[in-house]
Amino acid sequence: MNSLAMEKDQKNIGIYICTGCSIGDSIDIDTLKNRICSDNIPVKCIDHPFLCSEEGCELIHRDINAQQIDHIIIAACSPRVNQDIFNFSGKIVERVNFREQLSWCMKPKNEDTQLLAEDMIRMSMAKATSVSIPQPYIKNHLNSDILILGGGISGITSALEAAKAGYQVYLVEKENKLGGWASKWSSLFPEEYPYDILKKPEIVDTKIRELEKYQNIHIFLESTLESVSGEPGQFEISIRNNQTNHQLKAGVIILATGWKPYDASRLNDYGYERSQEIITQIEFEELLNKQAINQYEDLKKMSSIVFIQCAGSRDEKHLPYCSNTCCPTTLKQARQLRDINKAANVYIIYKDLRTPGKAEFFYQELQKDEQIFFTKGDLRQIDINDKSLNVIVDNTLLGESIKINADLVILATGMTPSDSSELNLEYRQGKGLPDLKYGFPDSHFICFPYETRRTGIYSAGCIRSPQTIQMCIEDGTGAALKAIQCIESTKRGESVHPRSGDKSYPVLYLPRCTDCKRCTEECPFGAYDENEKGTPLPNPARCRRCGICMGSCPERIINFDDYSIQAVSSMIKAVNIPDEFEGKPRILVFICENDAYPAFDMTGLKRLEYSPFIRIIPVRCIGSVNKVWLSDALSHGYDGILQIGCKPGEDYQCHFITGSELTKTRGENIQETLRTMMLEPERIRTEFLEINEYERIPDIISDYLHTIETIGPNPFKGM
Amino acid sequence: MDNKPDTYTNNQIPILIIGGGMAGLTAAVEAAETGHSVILVEKLPYLGGRVAKLSRYFPKMCPPYCGLEINFRRIRTNPRIKIYTSTTIKGISGESGNFNVTLCTEPQLINNRCTSCGECAKVCPVDRPDEFNYGMTTTRAAYLPHDLAFPFRYVIDHLNCKGTSCGLCLEACDYQAINLTAEETKKIVKAGSIIFTTGWKPYDPLNLQDLSFGKSPDIITSLMMERLGAPNGPTQGRILRLSDNKIPNSIAFIQCAGSRDENHLPYCSGVCCSASLKQALHYVEQNPDGEATIFYIDLRVTGRNEDFLTKIIQHPRIHLIRCKVASAEISPDNHVIFLDYEDSLSGFKKRSAFDMIILATGIIPENIDPITIITDNFGFAKSNALPEGFYSAGCLNKPMDVASSIKESTGITLKALRTAGFKA
Repeated sequence: MNSLAMEKDQKNIGIYICTGCSIGDSIDIDTLKNRICSDNIPVKCIDHPFLCSEEGCELIHRDINAQQIDHIIIAACSPRVNQDIFNFSGKIVERVNFREQLSWCMKPKNEDTQLLAEDMIRMSMAKATSVSIPQPYIKNHLNSDILILGGGISGITSALEAAKAGYQVYLVEKENKLGGWASKWSSLFPEEYPYDILKKPEIVDTKIRELEKYQNIHIFLESTLESVSGEPGQFEISIRNNQTNHQLKAGVIILATGWKPYDASRLNDYGYERSQEIITQIEFEELLNKQAINQYEDLKKMSSIVFIQCAGSRDEKHLPYCSNTCCPTTLKQARQLRDINKAANVYIIYKDLRTPGKAEFFYQELQKDEQIFFTKGDLRQIDINDKSLNVIVDNTLLGESIKINADLVILATGMTPSDSSELNLEYRQGKGLPDLKYGFPDSHFICFPYETRRTGIYSAGCIRSPQTIQMCIEDGTGAALKAIQCIESTKRGESVHPRSGDKSYPVLYLPRCTDCKRCTEECPFGAYDENEKGTPLPNPARCRRCGICMGSCPERIINFDDYSIQAVSSMIKAVNIPDEFEGKPRILVFICENDAYPAFDMTGLKRLEYSPFIRIIPVRCIGSVNKVWLSDALSHGYDGILQIGCKPGEDYQCHFITGSELTKTRGENIQETLRTMMLEPERIRTEFLEINEYERIPDIISDYLHTIETIGPNPFKGM
Repeated sequence: MDNKPDTYTNNQIPILIIGGGMAGLTAAVEAAETGHSVILVEKLPYLGGRVAKLSRYFPKMCPPYCGLEINFRRIRTNPRIKIYTSTTIKGISGESGNFNVTLCTEPQLINNRCTSCGECAKVCPVDRPDEFNYGMTTTRAAYLPHDLAFPFRYVIDHLNCKGTSCGLCLEACDYQAINLTAEETKKIVKAGSIIFTTGWKPYDPLNLQDLSFGKSPDIITSLMMERLGAPNGPTQGRILRLSDNKIPNSIAFIQCAGSRDENHLPYCSGVCCSASLKQALHYVEQNPDGEATIFYIDLRVTGRNEDFLTKIIQHPRIHLIRCKVASAEISPDNHVIFLDYEDSLSGFKKRSAFDMIILATGIIPENIDPITIITDNFGFAKSNALPEGFYSAGCLNKPMDVASSIKESTGITLKALRTAGFKA
């Protein structure tokens, strides 16, 4: 049996129990205090009816000063509240959730609730004495410069916006001039007032001229990245320009390499390459740009021109997505056509005409033109004759098929993202940025649109998603802020999103490493490189502090100052396990602190009751659960283990992308452990929970307890 | 109101953000994580704005609470953000780089001694319409705004509270956190630059006479539908017909209800299509017999969300009809609603019956300072034309979805930071 005796030396522990918010009504505080003090080294243990008040905090501060208390255990409300109040800098503070996860959801004055309270204090003491205050990772001579790959509108904007804040910027462009696609348009569709006239494409030139004013912007034309290594604050960059290489350092990187038009040669169904009079939107733009050539003159003589929207877009055979920009571009080109040819009829064949927001006004302008015909329908085919083309459209709004005789057909083709491997990262996990879908390198694209899976590398513009010029300008500006933020956070030794401000980082005890490569393979952010032998080479500034590597390591050599294999193991072992004759099962529950933990708090808020037989350990990510904790728990006598993480899969909600997915795949491995221990597979169960599914929690727990009752107590109990 | 230490250095003037919805929250955390100090002002007692009231995001069908919790956590652990809730702006003087802003905080009948124990709400005898549920339910005058409320603290609606003549909550509160005679407070703070992120409100559906909003509880707006689908909503997440609390067998979604319409809003709000598709999917997944019909002009589900649309189109119980609905009429027993529309395929006028109608009403900007915030004809801020030192972001500028709002706000934050003196 475990006792509370602490073998650690010189730990001055103060335990402060709040009896407010009905905590004092749920448990017998005196009994609890007696238990803690009787079987333990001297600890200070006092209760207070209102610990979060000034008086309550004052009490703790007095003890810190008078009695050198340096390990403070606050058994009160959830650690998600009153963080600013229970803030004792330089001390180890452990919060025990007696309110949301005990008094608000357990039977009051009940023997099992009382035992739960005792165990919760034991676990917190075990943790408090096993961790240390994180010492941040701060290297000397950190670099604050920003490298931007791609000199289109997004990259130019990022460069200007960062330079204006005083940062040194390196702008690398593979062409011999800046401007990218945005400089290739003959005119632009309006994205702000006035909506009835086309804009001149001068915005790009204006920005390029502005770049010249900043001495802190360094431009590399006809250049590519030969290699990128290192980490935020100290990226080592090799730029290739013709035959010469330039070596430089940078703090962060913005990837703004833009887009490519969808390969029209695949659009045979649309007659592309079968007739010279069937061209793409891009080719038509070139034609409008080179006004002198014969074809341009021909435009003036045509009588019927057909635009076909979504040519190879919104189409499973080609690009399944919508490129956002083709509809307004077609409208713009239709306007230009009508300006040079007053006689022509212009037909726009579309599935849905997409001009969201105020772009609608431009659409309304064009609808006023009686020679522009908007036809919703599905293209059946284009018949190619000697003299002209016949465009046949089915399912029009009038319910019939129509045939349009055309002199010219313009296919609105979509955008595909550039290849992010142009970054040439010398990373263990590859040269580019992982994508979520369709090659766009992002992760949580709704809530945190700039976050890629490579720390200190932000994507902006059309490589991130199909965007208009105005959207790219916004995007370039936002990416510049994220880049600056990463530089500044790195200088403070703090993590960036989502554990922003976290000063802890993983430390590896390499002499015991077996080069199994699990950490280097499983890190969702590619933080680890590897030497020839396969030994991990950590890059702490690339780390997001999720602990997935800690969970992956069979040798248990990866640990954080305040979150370690040993700390959690000691929490597991701190729990008193009743013997099998008492009929009181114990279930260890690992919950993800991002979504499951707040959900448990809300279960408490709703006063929904669940079993006091569970012992909860919050984890940074369910993917950070190490197998050794599971075997520790089973050999310690727990009857079952529940792991509750965020939703995995294509629409994952895991804050660290792959954590809950890994838990699923590691399951196989764990079942093997159970078999070797001669235990039933049901002893470990994994559940996935959304943050607002708090009503499911009592069911999940009672259902699992039922399963455990069916298979009986853990045979290791009491051994 | 919060107890965070004031960490402003002498040479750092904070940026001030007005509006604590998604755009404002983003601006606050993104700015603070560069190392600069921030003041965030919100008129409601909680942060999160309209996003806090959404049940799910498209296309992932995930709960917005998830992302909100991350942002709240970023605030909790960042000493550089100061928050003022239940607070409005009473005046701005000074100039770019050095503004003086007068904040006016509503009477805080519950102060920061509140522990959120909830005893006050248990004894409070007064009911008030719940703004969080768009008035579909009530709360007590002492209430917690919602489950993930941040700050996590009860508030008393001072306009509805009976004051000291009642005083039941005073007795119930063990923490002396209630002062029923508290008055509004004013405070002047310094700011280097100011970002307006005051967001939007839905177009008033009462203007849509032909669609009979207000004549039946079964004709609701998309935003109300969000609450019906939310686990913490008036029906605990079960989509019910409110006239009799029965499960509806058929729901019609009317797109562009008052949008792309010269008589109402001539523009497109960009998000209503995706929102209705998401709600239709949620409904048919919840009710295996339910049929959803979406009446639309164009389905505007841009970018990568296309595969979400494909999923909807393929769903056997979601029907898409391209037409504009002429009118809605309520049956004599009040439980059925007839929609009249012209079927564009046959050209015939048609009438169909539904149990519930969802009006996808558009976005109109919430402009709190029409003098400073220069707008277009529809009240949207002309972001680039604001006086020096002022910025605007999010749906105040134009209708946009959550991701676009976050994206724009992040960039605007950099500009505001520079004006406030932020430098490498």
